[in-house]
Amino acid sequence: MIKFSKQQLKIPQMSKPVYLVTGGMSKFDRAIPEKRTEELVIDAFLEAAEFIKKSPEELKEYIHSCYYGHFADHFGDQLLGEAVIHDRLGLDPLGNVGIKTGGATGGSTIWEAYKAVASGYSDTALAMGWERMDEVPTDEGNHYIASAADKDWETPMGHIYTGYYAVMAQKYWQVFGKEEESFRRTLAEIAVKNKGYARMNPHAQSPMKITVEDVLNSPIVAHPLRALDCCLMSVGASCVILADEKTAYEMTDNPLLLYTSAGSHTLRVADRRDMAIPLLPNESPDQYKDLGVRFPGGDRYPGFTGFLAARMAAYYAYGMAGIVDPTEDLDLVELHDAFTISDIQTYEDIGIRPYGEGRTYVESGDCYHTNPFTGQPGKLPANLSGGLIGCMHAVGATGIMQVIEVAQHIWGRWSEMHADEAKWKRFNRVKPDDWTDLQVKGAKRGMAISHAGVGSHVTATVLVHPDHQLKGRG
Amino acid sequence: MTTQNRGTVKVENGRYRVSGNFHYAYPNEPIRDESGKLLGITNPADMTHIHAYGGEAPFFENLSNAKLLGTKCANPKCETYGSVYIPYRIHCPDCLMRNEEVDLTELARKGASVHTFMITERTGAFNTLEKPIRFVNVEFEGVSTILMGYLSIGEPTIGMKVVPIFQTKNPTFTIMDLSWVPAGTSAADLPEGFSF
Ligand SMILES: [Zn+2]
Repeated sequence: MIKFSKQQLKIPQMSKPVYLVTGGMSKFDRAIPEKRTEELVIDAFLEAAEFIKKSPEELKEYIHSCYYGHFADHFGDQLLGEAVIHDRLGLDPLGNVGIKTGGATGGSTIWEAYKAVASGYSDTALAMGWERMDEVPTDEGNHYIASAADKDWETPMGHIYTGYYAVMAQKYWQVFGKEEESFRRTLAEIAVKNKGYARMNPHAQSPMKITVEDVLNSPIVAHPLRALDCCLMSVGASCVILADEKTAYEMTDNPLLLYTSAGSHTLRVADRRDMAIPLLPNESPDQYKDLGVRFPGGDRYPGFTGFLAARMAAYYAYGMAGIVDPTEDLDLVELHDAFTISDIQTYEDIGIRPYGEGRTYVESGDCYHTNPFTGQPGKLPANLSGGLIGCMHAVGATGIMQVIEVAQHIWGRWSEMHADEAKWKRFNRVKPDDWTDLQVKGAKRGMAISHAGVGSHVTATVLVHPDHQLKGRG
Repeated sequence: MTTQNRGTVKVENGRYRVSGNFHYAYPNEPIRDESGKLLGITNPADMTHIHAYGGEAPFFENLSNAKLLGTKCANPKCETYGSVYIPYRIHCPDCLMRNEEVDLTELARKGASVHTFMITERTGAFNTLEKPIRFVNVEFEGVSTILMGYLSIGEPTIGMKVVPIFQTKNPTFTIMDLSWVPAGTSAADLPEGFSF
C-alpha cells in the first residue's frame, strides 16, 4: 500500500473507554530450568492480584475473556500452549485466544484485550504473555528466530535473523549516522543507560554498570553493532488486567486510561515500496523536503531506515489519546530497544524527534531519568525498566512488561515495586548498594512501543491518568 | 538409529507420493542439576517437511538456468500498473491480479547495485554458507523493491555494482542458487558450481 484512503486513516473510535487495572510480572532470566512456563505465568498473575490487594480467586471472578501472547510455539515445543496456561490459571471455560506477532506479540495481546473491553464483549479481560527461549541451544534458537523471516527467500541464507535485520542498521548508520564516531558513541550511550537502569530492577536479567568504552570494545555482532548494543533472549511472563470504567473502579480506586493501536509493514524488507512520509501531528508537510540533501540517500522512504509500522501505530494512538507532541505530552516512554540503532530509528518514527535527528534525543539528555547535563529531570525518560537490552526480551511478555513499567510510574508506585528487599531475595538477586529510585515524579501520561523484527508489526499503548486527559482526543 | 533412505516426494495425479524416511526417533535423555535432581528431559526431533512453491516455482526452477525472474503488474486498470517486483510476487499487491513474469537477468547484469549490506560471523543451525556471511540488498533500476542476497566474492560497500551468479551445477532449487559478485569478476574466480 503506497497511498492511504480516508477510511484507512480513520482515528479508531472505541465504544467505551478502557482502563488498566493492574499488572504483574515474573522474574526474567536467560534460562529458568527449575520452572515450567505455567509457574512463571502464575508468578505474574499473583503479582497482579496482590498489587490491587485481591486474592487470585477474587481477581479471577472479574475476568471474562483471555488473550495470550506467546510468539514461538517452536521454542516451547507445545502447540496450543495457550490452552495449557488457561487451564493452569483455572480460567476454563472462558473464551481465550493466542496472539502471535513476533516481537510485538505482547503489545498485540494488549490490543486484542483492549478491543474486547472497548466493544463491550467483556467487562474485564486478561492479557498474559510469556516466552520460553531456553529450551533449545542458541544456534537452534537462531534458526527458529530466522524462521520468522521469509522461509524461501531469507531463512536459507545463514539461518540468522541478524542478517536480514542489520542491513537496515547499516543503511541508517551510513545515511543518517554518516558513519561518525560521535554517532557510534551515542548508540553506546543507550546501552550504558539501559543496562544501568536495569540495575535498579529486580526483575531484570542483565544489570550492568558499564561505560561507552565497554560497549565499543564488546565483540562485533554485525558492524557497527556490538554485543552490548543488542537485546537479550529471555524466559518469563507478564500480564495486565483491562476493564471498563465501572468495573475498573470496583476493582481499584486508581485505574489508568489505556489506548492501544497497531501498524504493520512487509515481512521482507525487500518488498517495501517507496512512499511519501506520513506525517504526525507535530510535523509539517515541507519539513522533509530537503531530507535527501541533508542526508544523501535518505530520501527513499521508508526504504531501509524507517519503520512505517511504528509511524502508523503512533499516528493512530496519538489521535486516540489527543497527543500532539510526544515529548511535551508524555512523561515517560518504554521503547523496543532491540538494538541501540533501532531505538534511535524509533525516536523518529514515533515523532519524538524528526527523521534524521533521532540522536539528539540522547545527546540532549532528554531520554534520561535525570538529565546528565543539567541535573534536572529528563524531559522524556526512556526505558527506565532497562528495556530489552537490560531487563529482558521474553518475546510474548515484553510489550506487557513495558506497559506495567510505565503504569507503575503514573501510579507513583514504581519504588514500591522495585525497592522491595523480599523480591530481590526471592529472585536470588542482590540489590545494589547504590540502588536509586527512578520514579518519574508527577508522571501523568506515558507510552510503550512493542515492535516485531524488521518492523512487520508495531503497537503503541498510551496510558493516561484520568485526571490528566489531553484535549483533542479522538 | 539410521538416517539412511532419506525421504523423497513426487506428485502423481495431483497428490503427494512420499517414499523413504521422513523422521528418525531417538531416545529422551534426563536433565539433572549438580545434585542429581531431575529437572527435565531432552526431546529429540528429526523430521522433514514437504513444501509447495506454488506460483513461485518458475523463479526457483530458473535460477538453475541462470535466469533471474521477476514479475510485473499487467493490469492497465491498476494504479501501480507496470510496477516490477523481485522478490517474485505472484499477485500484484494492489489489484491482486496475477502478475506477468519478466526476465530481469539482463537488467541485473547491467544495472544492479548494493543498497545496503551487513557482514556477520554468526549463523543459526542448518547454515550452509561460509562465514563470515556478506549479506547484500540489491537494487535494480526501474524495480520497486530491493532483493536480499549474499555476496560470494569481495567486500560489499553501498553503491557497489554487482552481478548475479547462479548455481547451475548441482542446483539446490532454493534461493541459495542465486548469489552476487562484484561487476567485472572473472568466470574463473566463481565458486564451485556457479556461473554467470
Ligand atoms: Zn496491479
